[in-house]
Amino acid sequence: MSSLPLDWSVPRPAVVLRVRRETQDVRTLYLRPPEGVWAFQPGQFNMLYAFGVGEVPVSVSGDPGHRDVVVHTVRAVGAVTTALARVRPGQVVGLRGPFGSGWPLQEAQGRDVLVVAGGIGLAPLRPLVCGLLRHRHRYGRVAILYGARTPQDLLYRDELQRWRARFDMQVEVTVDRAGPDWRGNVGVVTRLLPRAGVDPAEVVAFVCGPEVMMRFAGRELEALGVAPSQVFVSMERNMQCAVGLCGHCQFGASFVCRDGPVFRYAEVRDRLWVREL
Amino acid sequence: MSRPPTSDGSTGSPSGYVLPAEGLGELFDALVRRGYTLVGPTVRDGAVVYDRLSSPQDLPVGLTDEQEAGRYRLRARPDRAYFGYTVGPHSWKRFLQPPERVLWRAVRDGDGFRVEAAPEEAVRYAFVGVRACELAALAVQDRVFMGGSHTDPLYRARRADAFVVAVQCGQAGATCFCSSMGTGPRCTGGYDLVLTELLGGEHRFYLEAGSPRGDEVLAELPCRPASPEDRQAADQAVSRAEAQMGRRLETQGVRELLLRNLEHPRWDQVAGRCLSCGNCTLVCPTCFCFAVEDTTDLSGQVAERRARWDSCFTGQFSYLHGGSVRATTRARYRQWLTHKLATWWDQFGSSGCVGCGRCITWCPVGIDLTEEVAAIRGSDGLRSGREASGENP
Ligand SMILES: Cc1cc2nc3c(=O)[nH]c(=O)nc-3n(C[C@H](O)[C@H](O)[C@H](O)COP(=O)(O)OP(=O)(O)OC[C@H]3O[C@@H](n4cnc5c(N)ncnc54)[C@H](O)[C@@H]3O)c2cc1C
Ligand code: SF4
Ligand code: SF4
Repeated sequence: MSSLPLDWSVPRPAVVLRVRRETQDVRTLYLRPPEGVWAFQPGQFNMLYAFGVGEVPVSVSGDPGHRDVVVHTVRAVGAVTTALARVRPGQVVGLRGPFGSGWPLQEAQGRDVLVVAGGIGLAPLRPLVCGLLRHRHRYGRVAILYGARTPQDLLYRDELQRWRARFDMQVEVTVDRAGPDWRGNVGVVTRLLPRAGVDPAEVVAFVCGPEVMMRFAGRELEALGVAPSQVFVSMERNMQCAVGLCGHCQFGASFVCRDGPVFRYAEVRDRLWVREL
Repeated sequence: MSRPPTSDGSTGSPSGYVLPAEGLGELFDALVRRGYTLVGPTVRDGAVVYDRLSSPQDLPVGLTDEQEAGRYRLRARPDRAYFGYTVGPHSWKRFLQPPERVLWRAVRDGDGFRVEAAPEEAVRYAFVGVRACELAALAVQDRVFMGGSHTDPLYRARRADAFVVAVQCGQAGATCFCSSMGTGPRCTGGYDLVLTELLGGEHRFYLEAGSPRGDEVLAELPCRPASPEDRQAADQAVSRAEAQMGRRLETQGVRELLLRNLEHPRWDQVAGRCLSCGNCTLVCPTCFCFAVEDTTDLSGQVAERRARWDSCFTGQFSYLHGGSVRATTRARYRQWLTHKLATWWDQFGSSGCVGCGRCITWCPVGIDLTEEVAAIRGSDGLRSGREASGENP
């Protein structure tokens, strides 16, 4: 035997079909699936590899109904994400996945749906919204609450407009700070929670954003009467293997890459309040 | 005495044999003839480490070790014992999960790249001198690297091929606590051959096989059937080790104890001593975490991915954009200890600590996990003033 490849560690080349500028530091990449077609659960992530630079976890942000393209929305914050945000159509990135748990949208059938997103956290929730709108009749009232740092940091602007224009969905956007020409909400996204027109006893909530935001969103939802078992959050941890072997993503007993990233809030609530766990 | 089940489920040979001490070389030869690369204890830089062996003379003959928290010293024994010491800073994991390895190489190819699996050295190891706690550690790592949905093929291949020669401990060290962890000192399975070195009277080994492979090798050795006295002497040797056990850890409810004391002031106290050096994780026979590194050659045409041992005591380990999740030593020590003794149960159905004492001996400041657990147990429920502020990442 001359070689023992760790098949799960080998990225497959994916050609960049299109790049969309979302904001000054965020790009959405449309990739050709290495195997032609491809399927994922909303909420799952891929490991994206920039040749020689490194590999990082990035949520899939595309419509699960589109199986001929892999979509990722990347915010350039460091070496790898900057390299990924700079790719041009025709170039190739490495891809392996999908990994992790997805949003259990089926649990929301026949119930109200509340989507709470902060910053880049809208990316892993977008497939959920796409899936939900595809079968809109299966759900009760739907509300999306989305917070960004500034109006310039809002993702998927055209799509947000389209979502807002629908009569069967409530979309609320807020920013942390804005210039005088912003006429929308200012303040943290959790402040919008009481305004979401959903029934706390009937709603299933899907939350993704910075950890501190998820912590307070969970607490606020509980205060409004939403059961912790009806809330889902997506955790972020350092990940290097994505298959539960490298140990980096541990969050208490959970390997976030394998047991998450999507968790039932009731399961992680206590851990979320332990500092530096 | 009924035979315990062995690694491959066979019952091996039903009775023990005796090998004169001079016959140890024949065991080495028999393994080499079968194509095994022999690795085992040998002395380097004043410590017993695991490395390639070519003859029994490479073993730490006539040496023993003195261990205490933060202290390790070799000294001469009055006899010519081959295995008269306990465990040193190395463990067998270094052969199954090498400290550093190339996972793959990729070559630029137009706008894209082509991945080539890295050539992996195919080695069949014979591990000579595996102690009871180490058999337990191998079983723990088996569950990590082969028990889940994704496995490590290198580990799997090397583990399947490895021939395990276990050695019963005839003495225990001051930092040993395998009997608390239920992992020793008696080897009860998971080996191909097990030796007990008998030093009183004729220098000899009491020998049993634990697998058909072990039977085959045993059949080639200049052995004689063991007498009841040989058997009794072997049994007593292990009982002596049991009686010498230097440390104790109360395991009753330890998982729950630690998990309900995540805000105990003892974590602050230990953080005041811990250097966050990561020695404890490097020497631990069950610690498995690794980091992945991507690099390119100077031309930028060939990229490589490497894996190397990592430690939860580094800042990089839990790094997220903006900072480390576990920025303080308090959080890192707590992560390490609660993983070993508590969350490991949830993840792999066993303790992550086998009681080998390495982390105690090799900690530069002598931090002793048995002492840390006892301190928390002694003031169960105490909380330090700090509360989660919600401000951290
Ligand atoms: C499940 C999951 C889904 C994610 N989805 C998205 C997404 O859809 N869009 C997006 O822009 N970002 C996403 N991230 C965050 C993204 O992975 C980090 O921004 C990225 O790893 C930063 O790497 P860097 O090299 O650019 O930054 P640097 O700061 O240079 O990071 C150095 C190294 O640290 C590690 N690291 C740093 N930050 C993180 C982090 N936040 N998470 C994990 N490892 C990190 C990586 O190994 C990285 O190579 C996700 C993270 C996780 C865990
Ligand atoms: S935690 Fe310490 S005593 Fe336990 S197995 Fe690891 S090194 Fe040995
Ligand atoms: S406990 Fe000891 S060995 Fe471990 S990191 Fe702290 S100082 Fe180093």
